[in-house]
Amino acid sequence: MHQHTDALALDLARMAQQLRIDVLEMVVRAKSGHLGGPYSSAEILAALYFHHLHVDPDDPSWPERDRFLLSKGHAAPILYAVLARRGFYPVEELETFRRFPTRLEGHPDMKLPGVEMVAGPLGHGVAVGAGMAWSLSRVVPKPSAVSAPSAFASRARVVVLLGDGELDAGVVWEGAMFAAKHRLGNLTAIVDNNGIQQTGATADVMPTEPIADKWRAFGWHVWEIHGHNVREILDALDRADEVHARPSVIIARTTKGRGVSFMEYDHRWHGGLVPTEAQYEQAMAELQTSLSELGAETKA
Amino acid sequence: MTTLAPMRQAYGEALVELGRDREDVVVLSADVSNSDFSWMFAEAFPERFLNVGIAEQSLVDVAVGVASTDHVAIANTFAFLFATRALEMVRTHCCYGGVPVKLMGAYAGVSDSFDGPTHNAITDIAIMRSLPGMAIVVPADAVAVAKFLPQVVAWPGPVYMRLNRNEVPVIFDDDYAPEIGRAVVVREGRDVTLVGTGLMLSRCLDAAKTLAEEGLEARVLEVHTVKPLDVDAIVAAARETGAIVTAEEHSVIGGLGGAVAETVVGAWPVPLERVGIGDVFATTGAYDTILEHLGLTSAAIVSAARRAVDGKLR
Repeated sequence: MHQHTDALALDLARMAQQLRIDVLEMVVRAKSGHLGGPYSSAEILAALYFHHLHVDPDDPSWPERDRFLLSKGHAAPILYAVLARRGFYPVEELETFRRFPTRLEGHPDMKLPGVEMVAGPLGHGVAVGAGMAWSLSRVVPKPSAVSAPSAFASRARVVVLLGDGELDAGVVWEGAMFAAKHRLGNLTAIVDNNGIQQTGATADVMPTEPIADKWRAFGWHVWEIHGHNVREILDALDRADEVHARPSVIIARTTKGRGVSFMEYDHRWHGGLVPTEAQYEQAMAELQTSLSELGAETKA
Repeated sequence: MTTLAPMRQAYGEALVELGRDREDVVVLSADVSNSDFSWMFAEAFPERFLNVGIAEQSLVDVAVGVASTDHVAIANTFAFLFATRALEMVRTHCCYGGVPVKLMGAYAGVSDSFDGPTHNAITDIAIMRSLPGMAIVVPADAVAVAKFLPQVVAWPGPVYMRLNRNEVPVIFDDDYAPEIGRAVVVREGRDVTLVGTGLMLSRCLDAAKTLAEEGLEARVLEVHTVKPLDVDAIVAAARETGAIVTAEEHSVIGGLGGAVAETVVGAWPVPLERVGIGDVFATTGAYDTILEHLGLTSAAIVSAARRAVDGKLR
């Protein structure tokens, strides 16, 4: 495991804040879209795309790339923002979010470079990711994949981000059992455990705790972290890579709407509300202040 | 006397042959491989056979993951489960997402007759046909299964193949060379066209013989691909024979009859009769008994043909 530098952690925190700003602008421009879920996963997305994942924006279908599946598809705006910031397409294209004609559909579509799975209806990521992880780890020639067949399994990893409300869906656990049966060490799930779903607290809608015990019982290696602490995210992802005989899940304790005071812990900001002009001004001011407090870019 | 051959045995053998030809083929099952005969592939290639358990939604999602990473994924379970329990997975990933999973719908129609209506698939064609991007292939006999399987795998998009559980009449020999999307004129005729799919193709051929004795020459058109439909062949049938009967082991709502009616009414309206299952569930019993009970017989096709021909005069 690497020791991650302060400079890296700071840069990623700064990127997460930039993504929140991008998302606010996208949703306000479109007058539609989700904010709470993107905001709880900003640090996770920044850490994945600006450090952990092996992806190539110039060759989005590079066969050896790591696959990231956004199972909580309603967090689309932050996926779009991070892909743009990572160079998969111009940042200006974010202006087309949810506005015809666009590649930035309401929920992710694979016509957009970098998107690995259609998402929106919840529950798919673990089972689809398990299928990908199984076939990537198959130690056989893959004649359709490359001209010179490799005798080795791919080293590509699969990372799935899902919500905690999403754990209500039975297919999540069907996929979890498949992954455990096949000992898919190249599969890591991250649960964005913000405690809130569309109509209220997960504890009220459909209690999912004890989440960590559930995953353990399903045969997964479990890490529990503070999901807005970039260093904890990076460490957990590294440790998950070191578990070879089991799939790993990172339970990231997060705050819905993180970063904007009036959105935090409020389920109405899941997707039902669009900021008024005054709310937009306040949210942007808060996000900009936080960003400047993180200091100047270090280019670590 | 009609010769019968088991379709699922043919399917299992075709899977094994495919597995020999293609190292990239992975077969998935929701724990019914001894029913649908994908066990034959499991025995030959255990390292690329995945039993996901009794979990049809996961079956399709895992297959989507497999098919997204340079493999051919052939998913197997009962037809009604693809069309109902796992449908959202099929719609979202295979059709909207365009991941070309091959769905093998076993025990389709009422062919699992002794297990009864819960196990029948009599609305699956209608459901699958409504999904943009989905292709639907219905082999008529055991020979056809082997002819279609490699084509299904080569088809660029998702395919739903509808398979019969039982021994079914042998119609074709090895010269049969069907192509996905192109209907087959199995018998020529000018007075009426009998459009059949799956098991009902054999009933259409029987009906055509009876009609010939009455002086009516029926064309028999095999529509093995319900989608994409061979519109040219349907319109030609309407134009050249002036009357159409459709026959399918499926509801009369939205299946082959619906597809043909939609085509004919827009392009060349002619009298059209649909032989199929009314807006009801079936019941339990021997396969032939249930087919008879539901009116899926050559006699029903003969009557429908007479009505359609009479309709030309009005």
